Amino acid sequence: MTAQVSIRIQEADFDIAREIAALTGGRTDIGAVVSFSGICRGREGGEAISALTLEHYPGMAEAEIARHAAAAMARWPLTGLTVIHRVGRIAPGENIVLVLTASQHRQAAFQAAEFLMDYLKASAPFWKREEGADRTGWVDARAHDDEAAARWTKS
Amino acid sequence: MKVKYFAWVRERVGKAEENIEPPPDVQTVADLIGWLAQRGEGYAHAFETPRVIRAAIDHAHVKSDATIASAREIAFFPPMTGG
Repeated sequence: MTAQVSIRIQEADFDIAREIAALTGGRTDIGAVVSFSGICRGREGGEAISALTLEHYPGMAEAEIARHAAAAMARWPLTGLTVIHRVGRIAPGENIVLVLTASQHRQAAFQAAEFLMDYLKASAPFWKREEGADRTGWVDARAHDDEAAARWTKS
Repeated sequence: MKVKYFAWVRERVGKAEENIEPPPDVQTVADLIGWLAQRGEGYAHAFETPRVIRAAIDHAHVKSDATIASAREIAFFPPMTGG
């Protein structure tokens, strides 16, 4: 069977169980599904966060995720993957992003999920704006995220 | 060509997109940043630290020395913070 790839950018929340079922339903060749969800924290560096607002570059965001999804499919024997990134206003405790990877064995699924998240953070055109108790501002990028993505190009 | 701005670059420039016609000596992304920075106070503020500005041509990331000659759409934005 061919690999199933689903990439979505949406304001609405997602249902993780339903997304896993969509990836695995009707198939008996999948032995492992890894699920990563990114969730909005209620505190950042000791400061309370009331909400995040996610902005993205329509067209490029989908293209950039698709490019890394194709790279992951080429690198690991995946039977399918799903990436959902929410945009708009997101409150603490709510989902921001979902990455699902499916494979016959766990190692490929674990590694591909981490690879996709590292690249999503470093190169997919999304920007977070934080609303705090007494200030709002754009979240600063972390050098750590670029380093996390760069390690996949070594060795 | 069409230029798009995102996040705090968009806020400082004061618009999300516009059509521009830079002069022929503006050949690279770095040249264009320099040219845009001269267009007014908001632009000067947005592009005051060129090394932190990321650019994309036709939906693909590019470095500051990339040529803009065949670009249909160029976007400028801060380092990404999604995920």
